[in-house]
Amino acid sequence: MSAKKFTKFLSEYAVVIIFVVATVACIGPSRLSVTYIVQEIITRLGRNSFLVISLLLPIFAGMGLNFGMTLGAMAGQIGLIFAVDWGVAGWQGLVFALLVGLPISVLLGWVCGSVMNRAKGREMVTGYILAFFINGIYQFFVLYMLGSVIPMRNPSILLSRGYGIRNTLNLESVRQSLDNIVMARIGPFAVPVVTFAVIALLCIFVVWFKRTKLGQDMRAVGQDMGVADAAGIPVERTRIIAIIISTMFACAGQIIFLQNMGNLATYNAHDQTGFFAVAAILVGGASVTHASIANVFIGVVLLHAMFIVSPLAGQNLFGSAMIGEYFRQFIGYGVIALSLVLYAWKSRKAASDARSLIRTGGSPAANGKGGKE
Amino acid sequence: MGNNEPLLSLKNVSKEFYGNVVLQDVSFDLHEGEILGLVGENGAGKTTLMRILFGMPVIAETGGFKGSICLDGQEVHFSTPFEALDAGIGMVHQEFSLIPGFTTAENIVLNRESMHPSLLNDVFGDRMSILDRPAIKKRAVGAIEKLGVKLDPGMLVSEMPVGHKQFTEIAREISRDKSRILVLDEPTAVLTESEAEVLLESLRRLAKEGVAIIFISHRLQEVVEVADRVVVLRDGLAVKDVPAKGLTIKDSASWMVGRSMAGDAAGAREVRKFDEEILSVEHLWVDMPGETVRDVSASVRKGEIFGIGGLAGQGKLGIPNGIMGLYPAGGKVKLHGRDIALNAPAKALKSGMSFVSEDRRGVGLLLDESLDWNIAFTAMQIHGQYLRPILGGIFTQRDEKGMESLCKEYIELLDIKCTSSRQKAKELSGGNQQKICLAKAFAMRPDLLFVSEPTRGIDVGAKKLVLDTLRKYNREYGTTIVMISSELEELRSICDRIAIIDEGKIAGILPPTADVADFGILMAGIGASEAAAAMAGQEANNA
Repeated sequence: MSAKKFTKFLSEYAVVIIFVVATVACIGPSRLSVTYIVQEIITRLGRNSFLVISLLLPIFAGMGLNFGMTLGAMAGQIGLIFAVDWGVAGWQGLVFALLVGLPISVLLGWVCGSVMNRAKGREMVTGYILAFFINGIYQFFVLYMLGSVIPMRNPSILLSRGYGIRNTLNLESVRQSLDNIVMARIGPFAVPVVTFAVIALLCIFVVWFKRTKLGQDMRAVGQDMGVADAAGIPVERTRIIAIIISTMFACAGQIIFLQNMGNLATYNAHDQTGFFAVAAILVGGASVTHASIANVFIGVVLLHAMFIVSPLAGQNLFGSAMIGEYFRQFIGYGVIALSLVLYAWKSRKAASDARSLIRTGGSPAANGKGGKE
Repeated sequence: MGNNEPLLSLKNVSKEFYGNVVLQDVSFDLHEGEILGLVGENGAGKTTLMRILFGMPVIAETGGFKGSICLDGQEVHFSTPFEALDAGIGMVHQEFSLIPGFTTAENIVLNRESMHPSLLNDVFGDRMSILDRPAIKKRAVGAIEKLGVKLDPGMLVSEMPVGHKQFTEIAREISRDKSRILVLDEPTAVLTESEAEVLLESLRRLAKEGVAIIFISHRLQEVVEVADRVVVLRDGLAVKDVPAKGLTIKDSASWMVGRSMAGDAAGAREVRKFDEEILSVEHLWVDMPGETVRDVSASVRKGEIFGIGGLAGQGKLGIPNGIMGLYPAGGKVKLHGRDIALNAPAKALKSGMSFVSEDRRGVGLLLDESLDWNIAFTAMQIHGQYLRPILGGIFTQRDEKGMESLCKEYIELLDIKCTSSRQKAKELSGGNQQKICLAKAFAMRPDLLFVSEPTRGIDVGAKKLVLDTLRKYNREYGTTIVMISSELEELRSICDRIAIIDEGKIAGILPPTADVADFGILMAGIGASEAAAAMAGQEANNA
């Protein structure tokens, strides 16, 4: 019996276990001090958690991992471009960026949710491809519209030809303005208190949201659309709301992410936002259908611990930092693939377990004996 | 009971789908606290009647219905099921309509949760209200107590035994404020005997409290036991509306299946003898959605036509689909005494079995391909026929001429109406498509042929031709045929023996000459031994 439980534990937490083992194995060869690693993890928790939390609601609503969150990230970037253009500095600049970005992300979220409603059961790949499509529109907007159709005040952020935004945008005016409002020193570590407070607020919101009628409906829709529909729950609307909220969170998350980084790679900062957020939540033990706030934090800590130690471990072991960089990609995509395979395997196993039940319904029939020749 | 004003009354309800009459002048009343048993074969119109009662959109989309429905003497028109629910009519469907990750209580109040308003209500509407868990639990417990069963309100549906799921569904329906009429569609089909007992007991309790119940079941035993009145539907007509008291199962069974048997073919036929066993099936189970086979053991003799009948959803279609490897299956299947590997369609075909599927357009035909392709396809894939080697057998090429002559042969033999052997399969009528499916199976020269619902969806003339073809093929080539059909008359007209499947098991095997009522009793969900006893009793009566 205990062996069976152990197997179940292994299959449930396979991804987490592989990650813990690999990361711990890399710490030694990386020759990094634990203090450094912990400080880095604290910084990255503040930087990434908000983005990863934005994935939770669509998972509750049964829409899988929302690769479409990239849309929100793009909206956030547009907000930041305008904040820099208007010269709004400090945390006020972030609020300004948010005010610009949120309406755009509501619109994009609505588009994304509507498209996904037409592709039920294939939300993940739909979101992924939709992100590529909206990326095209984003590029067009930033590369051609800004500075030509939409006047820009600050010529220094434009390309030398007079329109379009430079490849790299310096966010000096808002750099770490959220982190630095209150930067507490706890022992050797610097902790961005306000950033963590914002993340905590978001977590409280998620917990509260699950207790609302809308949250309950979302869970119902996520588990069985047909039943929810028969009970009168507006299924499609609920799914769209889940995606809109997720996109809005991703917009805010990207703003927090970029203020910490301090500069914006205008044309590809959002490329891997969805990919890293999804990898993080999966590393934290979430699956396509189940996720919790704990998964978010475990995932961010583990994934980034790996990212911190693996390049140096690669350099020290193989003499090339590129090995570590390669590892980063390999592991990120590998985790996503592994999680999806494990999920498919578990669903099939559950189906065959259910199948074994159909044979035990009632006693074996005294077949054929009822008939007389 | 005793109230003279009926709670619900249906008057002359008729419904046709595209000229096909499925309900004709059905009328009955339902009084407060009354349990009405509604029985009938599949296709008798039970489902359509309930769809009309619930205002399902499909009824309006197909042209509405004739007649009227009165609630408390007032005529009502429901355009969606939600309006019916608001009027106090609750329905428990055959399939569970529960959220697996929710608790009993959450499911009972699904989308009718008790809530506290929150600050965000003004901005975002009522859906931002907070759920009031204690109140939800209280309501759930209230409904469970009213039902009089033991249910844990905090248990997850996914962890419940099947009986508890059924009770949860019923509790949900009666927890509505105005719930006065409860419709149960085959509520005991998934329950064990003791669970069914408890269910019937709680239905009686509910009826005493004034809830009117429509109880749809094919288990006549239960209907007779629990109902106050029984309405029998047959071919869209309410053929009987009688008090349940004093009603025998045999009577209701014969009303249910009995048709006027003009020109009975079964009486005038020869009785053939068969010795050698060709197919033996032991403890077969098949996981085919909606047609689960639980435990079937049978033996088919060489040269006979073996019929398999039973109501829809009882598992008769699962048997050929499982043996031919189209759905996950287990158990032992032997052809000519040799084991057949299950879950491997190619091996099943190679061993000399062929299958004409009930899913003609999905499994049976390559709709966009020509007729000769369709007929030769399986023979080509499995036996490598109609292929010509070129370059010393490194490659093979289709033998178009051979295929064409094969196709022409069958077009003539089966009288297939088509323009040429190059016509596309999708352009043919249903009956001719079915003949193509038969030709495809015949081209395999099988030892054993499974034919599933061969006359479904084709017109009367074509039906006779298909059946005659099967009979002729059986006589001329000695091919053993296992025919699965929902139409008892069809089985009785050509089969040598007929097995009736009930709840995934064989309820009994009868000769085609047996009384219709005996078949009805087997379909009526009575254990095989009881069925034998009932028949013996009836024989004694006859003598």
